[in-house]
Amino acid sequence: MTTKLTPNVTPDDGVLLRVDSLTRLFGRGEDAVRAVDDVTFDLPRGGITTIVGESGSGKSTLARLVLRLMEPTSGTITLNGRDVTRVRGAELKAHWRQAQAVFQDPFSAFNQFFTIRWMLDRSRKLLGAVDVEERMTTALEQVGLRPKDMLDKYPHQLSGGQRQRVMIARALMMHPTLLIADEATSMLDASLRANVLNVLVDLRDNSGLSVMFITHDIGQACYISDLVLVMKNGKLIESGTVDEVIFNPQQEYTQRLLADVPRLHDLSDA
Amino acid sequence: MITYDPIDREASKILLAARGLRAAYAGTRLDTIAVDDVSLTIARGEVLGIAGESGCGKSTLAAVLSLTARPPLYVLGGELEVGNRRLSFDPKERPPRAWRGQVVSLLPQGAMNSLSPTTRIGKFAIDVIRAHEPDTKRSEALDRAAERLEQLDLPPRVLRAYPHELSGGMKQRVITVLSTLLNPALLIADEPTSALDVSTQRVLVELLRELLHRELVGGIIFVTHDLPVLRTIADRIAVMYAGQVVEVGTTDEIVDRAHHPYTAALLSSVLVPEPQIRDRRITGIKGSPPDLDDPPPGCRFHPRCSLAMDVCQTDPPIVGGDRQYAKCWWSDQHKGEPVGAKL
Repeated sequence: MTTKLTPNVTPDDGVLLRVDSLTRLFGRGEDAVRAVDDVTFDLPRGGITTIVGESGSGKSTLARLVLRLMEPTSGTITLNGRDVTRVRGAELKAHWRQAQAVFQDPFSAFNQFFTIRWMLDRSRKLLGAVDVEERMTTALEQVGLRPKDMLDKYPHQLSGGQRQRVMIARALMMHPTLLIADEATSMLDASLRANVLNVLVDLRDNSGLSVMFITHDIGQACYISDLVLVMKNGKLIESGTVDEVIFNPQQEYTQRLLADVPRLHDLSDA
Repeated sequence: MITYDPIDREASKILLAARGLRAAYAGTRLDTIAVDDVSLTIARGEVLGIAGESGCGKSTLAAVLSLTARPPLYVLGGELEVGNRRLSFDPKERPPRAWRGQVVSLLPQGAMNSLSPTTRIGKFAIDVIRAHEPDTKRSEALDRAAERLEQLDLPPRVLRAYPHELSGGMKQRVITVLSTLLNPALLIADEPTSALDVSTQRVLVELLRELLHRELVGGIIFVTHDLPVLRTIADRIAVMYAGQVVEVGTTDEIVDRAHHPYTAALLSSVLVPEPQIRDRRITGIKGSPPDLDDPPPGCRFHPRCSLAMDVCQTDPPIVGGDRQYAKCWWSDQHKGEPVGAKL
């Protein structure tokens, strides 16, 4: 594995996140699992980039590496032209303001004894001296919730879709440049799912938010994405626009993944 | 009073008939009726899908049918007929244990994550068999489980494995096989594919078909909110809304010619990887399912329905027909006309 020196990246307006030869091993020696294996890609600014793959393909590990919740074995992560692969302390906190995430389970992400206001208020720790209350209100409005109805509610009074939108609002309070949604809609039913996906689409269109959307559901990827990356066994095996990857896949693996998707109508009808 | 009435069902094709099931969650002030007057029939060898949004009573119905209702969930009334056995629910009586696993087996939601991490898979197989046949030797129970796994093309060595050694898909398949070791008349699978990716979903669906084909189970109730998956396995689909079954039909009827606006709305929020879904905004169903403590009068769907008329706000729709019906005033007035084009 070649160790890369920190590249002198010239800020490239079109690219928000650059991941270069990123690798993460679990375990050591011959038994080591290459969870993320030499992955390189550019994530454009202001678009929704989807990473699809089966369970165990390394999608979530990739998200955790980009979020710096986990240390990479090798490779570099550059966000906004800044190398964040090894940053620490105050710089890492600054990275966490830039890159925010929403995870899969909207039911266990809340402490059921406290109100939504209490939970959102905890962002104060990372936000410092800003008007937290004002950010709360704006963020909730951005995801289509009425702050005055929502803030004093307890988690059990919200549906799964509302909870997930509160989680997105929590992320938005940081004014992030990158939002990572790791299977954020997998536990919702089809109707709520469409609802949450539309929130992400609107944030892209109205606020220019860049989203890294992780899913195993190609239907969702097809609906929401600008770009699609396909992962298999830790490697990035195919990437391109929706037309290229989903409607005209080159790799046999991608074709098989698509063939396994259950359809409502036979393909011959369409 | 619980009764077993021997009834002549030898010639009948009906595997299970449920009539007037009602169940409620006890609350501090009032009870929440989560299953309200549900009647269903399942034919031998049939897969019945139960679809609907989260919180419309699907899993509660599964618990009632499998006799696994536990406080705060109480069955208020209704009747079950499986094979030649009949059971009338009485809130004061405990349902017979022997039914569970033998007559009706439940594969609950997230079953694969409820395996104890320090117990080998084989122990679960022993538990299942011994719960009903206490005199069975451990080795004999393991042999039976191994034989069954082999029959279904699964490696018998998983019986010696711990849960963490198996992948999610394999765990789900193994637990499905173990829950049907006693050849139950009916298997109720609650969201069995929701935690799996598409490839392992397909494999699980094939396993369920194989169980039916080899007559290891008499019929399957498949509970899910995922209509495309139902399309691949169900013979008929019952759509639930706010604790009631609002439409029943064959899978083709439901998917291609839905007669209830709720069914049509559910179908229109499905995301499939086809070019046309990128052309329009998929909005989902506006609003959320009603609070079952205080369901709206008339048709329970009327506040969210784009075809709602005056009568819908006051009178509950009458159910027409037996085998196939839509509980809807609009479709009652437009006999045989699918609702899809109207939305």
